[in-house]
Amino acid sequence: MVGTLLMRGMLVGIVAGLLAFVFAKTFGEPQVNHAIDFESRMEAARGDAPEPELVSREVQSGIGLLTGVIVYSAGMGGLFALVFAYAYGRVGNIGPRALSALLAAAALLAIAIVPDLKYPPNPPSVGDPETIGIRTALFFTMIAISIASLTLSVLLVRRLIPRHGLWNASLGGALLFIVLIAFAQLLLKDINEVPAAFPAVVLWRFRIASLGIQCIMWMTLGFLFGYLVEKTMAPRWLYRPASA
Amino acid sequence: MSDIHAGPAAQPVPIPVRTLAPWLIFGGLMMMLMIYFVGAEEGATSIIKGMYVHEYVHDGRHLLGFPCH
Repeated sequence: MVGTLLMRGMLVGIVAGLLAFVFAKTFGEPQVNHAIDFESRMEAARGDAPEPELVSREVQSGIGLLTGVIVYSAGMGGLFALVFAYAYGRVGNIGPRALSALLAAAALLAIAIVPDLKYPPNPPSVGDPETIGIRTALFFTMIAISIASLTLSVLLVRRLIPRHGLWNASLGGALLFIVLIAFAQLLLKDINEVPAAFPAVVLWRFRIASLGIQCIMWMTLGFLFGYLVEKTMAPRWLYRPASA
Repeated sequence: MSDIHAGPAAQPVPIPVRTLAPWLIFGGLMMMLMIYFVGAEEGATSIIKGMYVHEYVHDGRHLLGFPCH
């Protein structure tokens, strides 16, 4: 049954990826193209020859983008289903639909929003190729810290509930999360490799488009996965009568 | 009448950890490998030689928020 959940998570991930692709193509690609135009202008101004294209722009912005977003989304959908399979029945009396929605909201916060506050997505021509190693390491470190902080905060909420009630316990958990993230983001190395002449509007729109892609992906995962599990699997396997 | 409950008639049942463990490990690794190929292959680290994977998923990598060249 874990296998069924995993498969369902990946399939919902593919659907989420398709929707995210439509959004990425519509709102993200124009900004990517502006950024590449900027890069070409800079190269021309320096008198450098343009870099040879290993993969054409048509492929990169079409089937390449589609593949990237869907593989990513299917992978996240699978991970999401595995976390769901573990969390179900272990985080209180929450049904599949609500649990799925809550987990997706948590994932959006911990995997996308919080890491992006420190290391925001960057369009082409922003970023020094020399520092790709450290930037990648810092980005994944930030994601790991963010997931760990959210897990600790949820554990704290559960411990506080019996004495302080759900409302105050949740405030306590939120406070812990904000403090942990603030510390981590203060201590981790700052990165700013935006070229001085890079258009601010392109950067802003690119980052908002990137956030939009994550929102669409996680909302689809959260709502569709929960709906499917509740509808097809819940009656037979996920519930046991309370009086048993 | 003590067996009548006012609460919901059903409660979620956790899947035993022993059933979950192999899925979490192997499924988890497979999913992370998929995400790795979109997010970081031929960037910070490289399994396959060349830059084709990087260039092919280039736009997705940027728009999904990963550091890219």
